[in-house]
Amino acid sequence: MRGTVGALLRKELLVELRTLESVPGMSLFAVTTFVIFHFALNRNSVDGDLAAGILWVTLLFAAILGVNRLFVADADQGGFDAFLLAPVDRTAMFVAKALTLLAFLVVLEIVAVPAFGLLLLGPSLGAAMPELLLVLALGDVGIAVIGTMVAALAVRTRARDLLGPLLALPLFVPIVIGGARASAPLLALGHQTAASGRWLATLGLYDLLFGLIAYALFDYLLED
Amino acid sequence: MYGKGLRALSISTAAVMALALGLVFFYAPLEAEQGFLQKIFYVHVPLAIVSLCGFVLGGLLAIQHLRTREPRWDMRSYVAIHISLVFAVATLITGSIWAKGSWGHWWVWNEPTLVSFLIVFLLYATYQPLRFAIEDPERQARYASVFAVTAGAFVPMNFIAVRLSTAYLHPRVLGSASNLPGSMRLTFIVSLIAIALLYATLCKYELTAKHTRAQLRALRRRLIGDQPQARRPRSAAPALAPSPPARARTAAGTGA
Repeated sequence: MRGTVGALLRKELLVELRTLESVPGMSLFAVTTFVIFHFALNRNSVDGDLAAGILWVTLLFAAILGVNRLFVADADQGGFDAFLLAPVDRTAMFVAKALTLLAFLVVLEIVAVPAFGLLLLGPSLGAAMPELLLVLALGDVGIAVIGTMVAALAVRTRARDLLGPLLALPLFVPIVIGGARASAPLLALGHQTAASGRWLATLGLYDLLFGLIAYALFDYLLED
Repeated sequence: MYGKGLRALSISTAAVMALALGLVFFYAPLEAEQGFLQKIFYVHVPLAIVSLCGFVLGGLLAIQHLRTREPRWDMRSYVAIHISLVFAVATLITGSIWAKGSWGHWWVWNEPTLVSFLIVFLLYATYQPLRFAIEDPERQARYASVFAVTAGAFVPMNFIAVRLSTAYLHPRVLGSASNLPGSMRLTFIVSLIAIALLYATLCKYELTAKHTRAQLRALRRRLIGDQPQARRPRSAAPALAPSPPARARTAAGTGA
């Protein structure tokens, strides 16, 4: 299992490195969205609730770009068939794809979060830093797990570009609730309180439960 | 075979429904603060409870489908979710009316139950488009079941998350049946039973209709002769393989 996941992950990252299909687009999308928020809200700097909301909405929509592309090559160019021919555990594909998406999200955030601090955020990003990283990490795990599941569900339908986001957004709502509420006090002016443990626990629990559900159900999506 | 008991079920549903409405309008006391408006509670809350239970039921039936691979479980799961969706629309409409009457707004964001319900509804609203977008019937059934299980598990999780997010909870005087006076509680329970019966009846009607149509198609095909079947029109509803007509089955049996 571990060897299979490693091989698949290496293949995914290699493909991304050679084609540069997802991550640059996602990052550029996020930065452009910050510019759009600046004009749409007519604000030079944001903080608190508003900042957390903008950050999470942008990350989420950028993530959806990656989710939409996650399985396209496998579906169109026979990757699924080749994988099914190999005598390996099918769950390996889920784990490898989720890790790939997680890696994409981490790279996206390495670009988007500093850009957010530079372009829009009023308070300094440094003060929020260690805790914000934890919140982002928990949110990323959830987005990766749900995104992989939804991408696999939508990729072999006729309207996959439409169905993917439609299916994913309601499932992402608890992540937005947890992520935005947890990071709002970190991005507030003055940075008075720490992120509440309640939200971190909610995020962690949601990640765990959805991880289990996806782990149990993913095999059924790969049968033909 | 599927129509069996349909008449008895329909009659009892109508009777309990009439009883429930009678209790709502003539027996249950007027609530002190909200007056007549509060009566919508006897429709709204049972609708919400039944449609959520129906969504979870759809998930359980889908698990059964994934385990056994029998199309009839997929059909049941589809019908359970379909009727639940209709009930969910009714819940949102009655909830909006109630909110407008008691708080003055058509929509209130600080009522966690209403908000979670909207999210669940938005998720399930993609169930039919998902089915519609997959042409192969077997894959359609399998993918729809995976969706139904995921979404069924999402229902309770979402309610917990949204409830946590509302720091200030509305005073939920009418929210639970436990703190109601006796006559109101009785009316509420009868209404709940009536709505649950209505759900069961509608599900049974839809199942019967689908089976009858499949049987009719099979009979017609036999009458015309074994023509190559016309392409199945694209549909979100699961395809039913028509059961072979009785005589053909026995003939095949003796032939073997």
